[in-house]
Parts: sequence; C-alpha cells; structure tokens
Amino acid sequence: MPKSITALILISVFTTFIGGCAYQRVQPWERDILAQKKMSLDPYPLDTYLDEHIYFSKENSSGGQGVGGGGCGCN
Amino acid sequence: MQLKNPKPIRQALTLATCGMLAGVAPAGSVLAADKPLEVDSAILFYSETDRVQAFEPVVRVRKEIGEEEFVSARVVIDALTGSSANGAIATATPQTFTSPSGNATYQVNANETPLDPTFHDTRGAVNAQWEKPLSQQLKGVFSANASTEFDYTSFGLAATISKDINDKLTTLIVGASANFDQVSPAGNIPVGLTPMPVFPAVKTTTDASDTKTVTDLMFGVTQVINRNTLMQLNYSFGSDSGYLTDPYKILSVVDGGTGALRASDPYVYEKRPDSRARNALYWKMQHQFTEDVLTLSYRYYGDDWGVTSHTLEGFYRYELNATHYLQPHVRYYRQGKADFYHTYLIDGQETTLKEASADYRLGDLTTTTLGLKYGMALGEGSEFGVRLEVMNQSGESDSPIGVMAGQDLSTDLNAVILQINYSLLF
Repeated sequence: MPKSITALILISVFTTFIGGCAYQRVQPWERDILAQKKMSLDPYPLDTYLDEHIYFSKENSSGGQGVGGGGCGCN
Repeated sequence: MQLKNPKPIRQALTLATCGMLAGVAPAGSVLAADKPLEVDSAILFYSETDRVQAFEPVVRVRKEIGEEEFVSARVVIDALTGSSANGAIATATPQTFTSPSGNATYQVNANETPLDPTFHDTRGAVNAQWEKPLSQQLKGVFSANASTEFDYTSFGLAATISKDINDKLTTLIVGASANFDQVSPAGNIPVGLTPMPVFPAVKTTTDASDTKTVTDLMFGVTQVINRNTLMQLNYSFGSDSGYLTDPYKILSVVDGGTGALRASDPYVYEKRPDSRARNALYWKMQHQFTEDVLTLSYRYYGDDWGVTSHTLEGFYRYELNATHYLQPHVRYYRQGKADFYHTYLIDGQETTLKEASADYRLGDLTTTTLGLKYGMALGEGSEFGVRLEVMNQSGESDSPIGVMAGQDLSTDLNAVILQINYSLLF
C-alpha cells in the first residue's frame, strides 16, 4: 500500500477519533452508555489484578492505576 | 523464592480472610439476603519457555450490604515451578553454583544462561475490601491484604476516597496504602557484594530475615468527556524502605582485560539501595463507538534508582453480537536501566561500588505483549471469558569484554499466558 494512502487512512482514523472525543456536557439522562459495565474504568478487576501481578514480577515499574495491590516476594 | 519448609497456606488464608472481613465490615451490619452474591473467578496459566511455570486460581466474591455499600474478598493461590536466571553470565565452560540454601550445588552447561533450578514456591494471598458511601458525593474504599510464601510474608492496608463534583461529571480521587513485608530467604540474608562460597563452605549472612515497607500515595481525576468517552489521570508517589535486595541474585566477576571469570570467588551476591522513591503518571481513556469500546492507556514511571519507563496499552472490545465479543490487546513497555545495573563486575568493583545488581529486570528492557480475549454473556450477571496472550521480553546487556564476545549476554524471554474467567450471580 502506498505511503500516502496509509497516511491518509491514519489521519482519517485519528481525526474521526478526536472528533468523537470532543467535550460535550453530558446530562444525567444521557448516561446510559457510560453506565454500562464495559465502560467502567476497570470492568474486569481479576484481569487487571493478574496482569499487574505478572508485570510486577517481570519489570521494575509498578503503580499508577491505584493503591493497595498487596506485597509479593517475586520482585 | 526457593524451596524450604512449606507453611500450611490454606489454614493461614482461611484465618486471614475471616479476620480481615471482620476487620473491614461495619459492626452490626447484616448481609442483605435479597441481594445476590457476585462471584468472579479466574485461572491463570503462565508459561515461560525453559523457565518459570505458574498456575494461579483466583476467586473474588462481592456482596451489597446496603445502598451502594459492598464488601468483597479475594483469595489467590499462586504455584510456581521452573528455573529463574540467577544473574551470572554465560561462559564457554560449564559453571557450578551453590544453591541459595547453601546445602547443594547445581551445574550450568557451557554457553548457557545460568538458571537456578531450585525455584519453587506457592503463594497464598487474601484481600478484603469495603466500599462505603460517605455522603452524596463522597465514597470510601478500604481494604486489607495479606500474603504468605515460604520465604516472604506481606500485610497491607489501603484506603481510597473519591469525591464527585461538577454534576458527577468529574471525580477526584485520593488514595494511600502501606505494606509491611518480611523476607526470610533460604540460607538466610547474604551480605551484599561478598563472594558466593563453593559448597560446603558457608556464606556470610547478616540475619535470618529482614523487613521492608512499601507506601504509596495517589491523586487522580476522572472526567466524563462526552456520552461515549471517559478519561482518567492519576499521579502516584511511592516510597520503599528496608531490605530491597533480591537475596538469590548474584553477579559474575570477570577480568577487565580478558573477560574471563575471576579464578577465585567468581560470583558475588547482589546489593541494592535500602530505599527507593517512585513516581508514576497514568493516563487512561475509554471510548465507545456504536457498540465497540476502545481503551488506551499510557504510564510514565521514574524512580531514584535511575529507572524510567514508558508503558502503552490498548484494548479494543469488538462486539460480535449482543452476547459475544472479541478483545485484542496490545501492550508495549520500555525501560531504561538502574544506575547500579551491571551485567557483570570487573574484578575489584565489588569493593568500590556501593550497590550492584545483574537482575535483568533492572536493565534496559522491552516487553511486548499481544493477546486476544473472547467473552460470552451466559445470562444475567453471568459471563465466561478466555484469553490467550504471548509476551516477549528483550533485555540489553553491557558491552562484552574479551572472551564474552561469543556469548549471548542479553535476555530474551518468551511466555504464554492463558486465562479462563467465569463469573456469576449466586
């Protein structure tokens, strides 16, 4: 695929996405989408817990998402 | 994490769970009989090529006990076997190491990265949590956790307070946690940067156990951007103090000219600073298209050991229909090495350096993960999921000297992650 077409597609996706993220004050009766489980910040806490445990034991960095994960002798 | 006398983990977990739930649940509260119990479970299989294998079942139960008030408990068992890199470099001749317990030796073939085959452990961990509305706008989440391994115990407390403002479009969060850990390694605590003796000689140790304290403070804000988009920004500061060294890791000591292992005492125990200050900035965004959900996150991490890292992560939940979805996952992690990271030490450096470690997790490191999750709703509150991921870690070593030129000093680790989830209302 020519580079210009790839760039055009990327720009289109990016602008569409940014457009979708424009700030718009949400009224209380417009929160149906945000109330869905899949839109919660941590819809699958066990996935998050297990991922954090894996990467805590394999990398130096930790933290950022929250506090109180528990200790481990793995690192 | 080396093999020693195992503790009765099941008994300890039961006692700890009951104790912590009693500690965090409000006095006199009665579980509401009409509210279902949320049960969330997962089994993780983690397998590194030629190295660590892990099997980790997790169960979490959560119950609403009042208006928006919940108690929950999580129990985890983590069984590990396999081999783990001990920190020494590969050489053209076979190498012999004394096991961490000091009671045996193990051999490593020529031209192979030295792995310690005595790596076995079973870890049990419990967490109890109480989510409590404190007012119309304020919510508190209080938790306690405890874990035990044969050579490590940890106990911690955490609290998070969140406040809704701006018609609940903005949420401010402040959180704090403290963990109090004790490490009791096989063969006791070695003196850092002293030689690893050849069995049956006994290493120099300081004590049978040591402690460390890990505290974290977090400030965050969550903002509703529009009907389909949510954004989160967190800053966290962490402080570690106490025994932060890995008692099982060693470094090779080589001749500065030839690169060959020093003839006598070719290995020394690693030593890390006894404190660390950590900073992390975390950004996350969730956007729902017509049905699909895109989640992007970025974390910057920096600490006073000299490590900085960037983590980029993305999920795309693709709805196949009303009850089935596929979710590709990409994670990229890039880390710069700690000031005291050395792939090997030059003869004499062990007496001039204050700290040194050859642990690849403190070196220049890149982790790439690709995965796919399939999820299926089974009914109200009931869901099944399975995810398969592949992870690659690639570490960069210091420049080789002399005879090291023919050896692969870098880290290249591949792992497969398989996880099965099942949740239901009970």
